[in-house]
Amino acid sequence: MSQPTLISAQGLSVHYALRGGLIGPKPYVGAVENVDIEIASGSFFGLVGESGSGKTTLGRAMLRAAPISRGDVHFDDGEVSYSLKNLGKQDLKDYRKRAQLIFQDPYAALSPRMTVRDIIAEPLEVMGLTSSRAETDERVREIAAKCRLNVEHLRRFPHAFSGGQRQRISIARALVSGPKFIVADESVAALDVSIQADVLNLLKAIQEDMGLTFLFISHDLSVVAHVCDHVAVMYLGRIVETAPTRTLFSNPRHPYTSALLSAIPSLDPDDRGKVQKLEGEIPSPTNPPPGCKFQTRCPHAIDVCRIQEPSLEPAGTEHHVACHRWQELRDQTN
Amino acid sequence: MSRLIDVENLTLQFDTDEGRITAVDNVSFSLEAGEVMGLVGESGSGKSVTAKSLMKLNPRNAVYGPDTRITLHLEDGPVDVMSLQNDTEMKIVRGGSISLIFQEPMASFAPAISIGDQMVEQLMIHTDFTKAQSKELSIEMLDRVGISDPSTRFGQYAFELSGGMRQRAMIAMALSTKPKLLIADEPTTALDVTIQAQVIDLMKDLVTEFGMGIIFITHDLGVIAQTADKVAVMYLGKLVEQGEVRDVIRRPAHPYTRGLLAALPTLDDIDAPLTPIPGDIPSPLERPSGCVYHTRCQEVIGPRCSAEAPQFLQVDTNHAAACHIHDASEGAA
Repeated sequence: MSQPTLISAQGLSVHYALRGGLIGPKPYVGAVENVDIEIASGSFFGLVGESGSGKTTLGRAMLRAAPISRGDVHFDDGEVSYSLKNLGKQDLKDYRKRAQLIFQDPYAALSPRMTVRDIIAEPLEVMGLTSSRAETDERVREIAAKCRLNVEHLRRFPHAFSGGQRQRISIARALVSGPKFIVADESVAALDVSIQADVLNLLKAIQEDMGLTFLFISHDLSVVAHVCDHVAVMYLGRIVETAPTRTLFSNPRHPYTSALLSAIPSLDPDDRGKVQKLEGEIPSPTNPPPGCKFQTRCPHAIDVCRIQEPSLEPAGTEHHVACHRWQELRDQTN
Repeated sequence: MSRLIDVENLTLQFDTDEGRITAVDNVSFSLEAGEVMGLVGESGSGKSVTAKSLMKLNPRNAVYGPDTRITLHLEDGPVDVMSLQNDTEMKIVRGGSISLIFQEPMASFAPAISIGDQMVEQLMIHTDFTKAQSKELSIEMLDRVGISDPSTRFGQYAFELSGGMRQRAMIAMALSTKPKLLIADEPTTALDVTIQAQVIDLMKDLVTEFGMGIIFITHDLGVIAQTADKVAVMYLGKLVEQGEVRDVIRRPAHPYTRGLLAALPTLDDIDAPLTPIPGDIPSPLERPSGCVYHTRCQEVIGPRCSAEAPQFLQVDTNHAAACHIHDASEGAA
């Protein structure tokens, strides 16, 4: 990669304790298990998977908003270098300024009792980044303009805004502290299609303009295909495949990625019945199957898949896949 | 095929503190038995309200327009839905001949009553079955929609089932009364794509098996392309385009439908720019004059768009759109 790595996870696991287990080891849910991920500075990195795949938890762990049980996350923006597992109080405060989150639901994320100006200014005040009110206002206006909100908008309350406008307010709030790394968690999922395109275009423009790095979490593969330059696919807390967007969508190597791609409803009415249907549902992380986590639904599972968990191995330039049979399956299709 | 339902000039307004809001404006369509109609539109377009008014399922402040006529064609003769008054009469359309599946399967089951008891309850209301017969049919329906171990599931509660499973149970419940018309209000929106594909498949099988009509409400044109026979597109309570699914998706005749399709990210060309429809959906309190879409339309042809509401015009066989660009007199002028 030509760009230096901004943030990376090594063997990252996030465990949540379960009740019980008076005798023997304490039971836990592995929401994220042994994840290695590298996000280059200035990239738009997509993270996809079904609900329960652990994508949100991974995003939060990279913000130090979920507990890191094993492994570590390294952040290096050229000015500071942090190991997130052992971050002191002061450093954590500084990290909050550099890494921010945009939420899914623009209706729930904004306080109805604060004006838009106060909503956007709050991070500055909490973090003490500005020394005077005038400076705060200046900064708020600047960031609001970037998000296509005008001065008139700043005086109003969130209820006066539509979904698309609210999401632009959330984006402004996330950007105001001057972060380097943004986690956008399903940031367009609650929006109508006509508005969704507008917000996606805005995120892309801001990213290029301000040189930000995005971790874009989504369940919608078509959206990810359009905005991200690199994609990782998660299943039951593991990354099963990661590749540059074009490679992943043209040459998916993991059977789960292929099934996900095939399940997207095509706009062509004559494609009916062509869906490669996946049986069953994602298993509960409290009781994961042995071996490969996808084996319970995988049409290609054989004995080894039920015993041994595959690890991520290189399958091309920047392309990694965790499947025992990917080479075999590739040779079959070619 | 035989005609199942006729909706003519459906107009529905709501009395609110801020004034009277028009939710549905002069909408007409019809559906044959065994046909799937997709009803597409963004939030606030009035698609759910339209579907619910077929069951007269609207809050007390709803006011129907005087010309509204909804006729349900049953074996015993046509039923004028608008004339139904009390709960007893309404049973015909509410859960009897028409069933409704909601978007959020968690919210549509009562949390403290088992799935089975809820299924039995509605069968006891709508059919002459005994309790034992109702239970038997319910378990059979659960099995039919692909729920494994149906007799155990019968006794479980909604929280014990996964999202996809709940939506299957919801479908089983909606179909157990053998409705003539099934209204599915965003039935797959809350589900993951792989589960969505399973549910869509299931619904297709059931249409073939039971021969009922389906009104499939969604904002996802991909889902429409994969399920519907015909499509109706709504914007701000108005029907703007109607036609066979292939015609509407391949040759959209209304600028709004074109805009929706252009805004949709597809996998065919991932480098294509996403084109949003400019502006926001106007508040129902500030309905634009003339064509309701003119404030966001990129194909405005003149002052006529903001002055005069366009008529629904045929652009092809079974394909119509409400837009002045299709008015021949405009082209000649």
